[in-house]
Amino acid sequence: MKIPSITRPLALALALLAATPALANKAFVSNERGNTITVVDTDTWEVITEFPGGNRPRGITLSPDGTKLYVCASDDNLVRVFDTETYEELGTLPSGPDPELFIIEPSGKRLYIANEDDNLVTVTDTEKGVILAEVPVGVEPEGMGMSPDAKWVVNTSETTNMAHFIDTSDYTIKHNVLVDQRPRYAQYTADGKRLFVSSEIGGTVSVMDIAPDGAPTLVTKIGFEVPGVLPEWLQPVGVKVTEDGNRIFVALGPANRVAVIDGESLEVLDYIIVGQRVWQLAFTPDEKYLLTTNGNSNDITVIDVEAEKAIKSVQVGQQPWGVVVTPN
Amino acid sequence: MRYVLMPLLAACLAVLGATGALALDVRAAVLRVDYETLLPISRYDLRAEDLGFAGAMLADEDNGTTGRFLGHTYETIHKATDPEGAEAALDEILAEGITLIVVLARDADVLRLADRAAEAGALVLNAQAPGVALRDDQCRANLLHVAPSNGMMADAVAQFAVWKQWKRWFLVSGSNPADVELAEAYRKAARKFGARITDEKTFEDTGGARRTDSGHVMVQRQLPVFTQGAEAHDLLIAADATDYFARYLGYHHWSPRPVMGSAGLWPTTFHAAHEAWGATQFQTRFEALAGRYVKPADYNVWLALRVVGEAVTRASTVDAMGIRDYALSDDFELAAFKGQKVTFRNWNGQLRQPILLHDGMITVSVSPQDGFLHRVSPLDTLGLDRPESSCSAFN
Repeated sequence: MKIPSITRPLALALALLAATPALANKAFVSNERGNTITVVDTDTWEVITEFPGGNRPRGITLSPDGTKLYVCASDDNLVRVFDTETYEELGTLPSGPDPELFIIEPSGKRLYIANEDDNLVTVTDTEKGVILAEVPVGVEPEGMGMSPDAKWVVNTSETTNMAHFIDTSDYTIKHNVLVDQRPRYAQYTADGKRLFVSSEIGGTVSVMDIAPDGAPTLVTKIGFEVPGVLPEWLQPVGVKVTEDGNRIFVALGPANRVAVIDGESLEVLDYIIVGQRVWQLAFTPDEKYLLTTNGNSNDITVIDVEAEKAIKSVQVGQQPWGVVVTPN
Repeated sequence: MRYVLMPLLAACLAVLGATGALALDVRAAVLRVDYETLLPISRYDLRAEDLGFAGAMLADEDNGTTGRFLGHTYETIHKATDPEGAEAALDEILAEGITLIVVLARDADVLRLADRAAEAGALVLNAQAPGVALRDDQCRANLLHVAPSNGMMADAVAQFAVWKQWKRWFLVSGSNPADVELAEAYRKAARKFGARITDEKTFEDTGGARRTDSGHVMVQRQLPVFTQGAEAHDLLIAADATDYFARYLGYHHWSPRPVMGSAGLWPTTFHAAHEAWGATQFQTRFEALAGRYVKPADYNVWLALRVVGEAVTRASTVDAMGIRDYALSDDFELAAFKGQKVTFRNWNGQLRQPILLHDGMITVSVSPQDGFLHRVSPLDTLGLDRPESSCSAFN
């Protein structure tokens, strides 16, 4: 077919536009027992590949541009860096001992790493590969959340039962908030005005209001109740909030459910049945899907966010722990 | 859809500035009574010099790390004594003004020491004695039990056996008073959960060499004969609280049936291979500190002092009775690497807790088992229940 020369660039542009939505994202899943990373195509939900991720890979995140994958290799006592296209290991970063979970700042320059065995949060420069600071926190640091303005990092310590608010300008703790037993995860809303902290053994999610200066005020705790499930098994772990703040999703561990919470009323609206021992959560960039890692059934569940329904499960490696999806 | 929203009356109190909290210095003691005993059957059970004390050191570290953010410090002194010196050792602790005392001792000594401590207004946390009476008609208002009772242990085994449909038991018990008491706990557990003791035998403790060069030869000849002719059973339950024969039963008894109770698959509060629910972190911390694997006594002492630490953190008090009252209140809950919170039975001072079933290598199962329900908590299916208890010291 002959295309008039003048329209050719337009046709090309249209073709490119049409191609964009088809450019699938990739989900990376860390498999704690299998020592591997599973790569899943978020369009077809097929497993693309599985590659070695170091010993006991748990926390997993990406550089802001999506080119580098960072993995807490807990038993190697370091962070492994992988190329998200070739899956080759690019190098390692010092993390302090037993890194479990970490958070990367929006610039991608610093990683804040929870050192489970040493009661520390280690701050690592991702470009120079050096440790910038070690912040002493409570016993068994785990959850790591960051305020959207990157001024605060919140670490939760599982045996101390506190959320520690670390000022990222001087690496000192400015606030400590006692929460319920075994706090696992900290998640800010996109506007930075709210913080959610899950307590696995306490069975609650603490809700804090965050003042403009970053100071927290505990306002309430969300509890859970599912008919036919012993309350002891409703153990909140991973938490994610939609960009608009309307929905909060909470993984409930051995209850094999994800709770759907109204962001306004803080009422639990529904419980979505997923795989066994649901642990961490990640949205696709368009927030169409929420992925859950299910440690005991060795799969991830794909939740349709709008429908609030589980639509698919994908087998991954042994004991999936964390999940992250590449940005658009 | 149901939801629960818990209003927080003291929300503002819970937000602690880095400097705003009240400074508190928490002093506690571990009093360990060492008894003359024969060597254990297995070298794996040799007593460490710092048994129990190592758990206290870890608890001080854990509590102290939390305390740093609140201005609270923790110091625990350790005392080991023979039974005759127990009272004097307690007096020394009390003379230092310490009123939070973890005791590792047998039932009668725990009672004696608790009564003496009561005169000084001190709280005793029992980290070892398993007797049911201490939780029943002999209970004391100043005595909390972190260690599980024989009843809880036996019920944990019974639930697993019944879940497996292994309901016909051959009970082989020892002849020492502690063995007799443990055997009674298994009889009661069988009645409670619908198992049947089809046969019973007592293995007399006649003394003699437990571990000699030719010991296994004798055992291999004696035990099949001893266990021969028992009524049909699914399971052999061993009640050997004094560790003199149960470990030999496996593979040496007449029937090809599993052994549970004091050997084979046994109930425990904790063991060094337990990894679930974040326990790996406890294990690595303990091993780095003590240079050995954790024993139940270490865990029990750690847990007792964590109860104290949690009460101090939440209730901001170092008063022994204030700590007791908080621990017994509905507000108290504690994570203990057992998959669910542990709390106290406020009617007899016993800590509710899951019981691990251990084969010497791994956690085989954890009781309470699925399907055993209770109107208060599934954990209350283990051990003495409120309606059966004659304890009135907590009313």
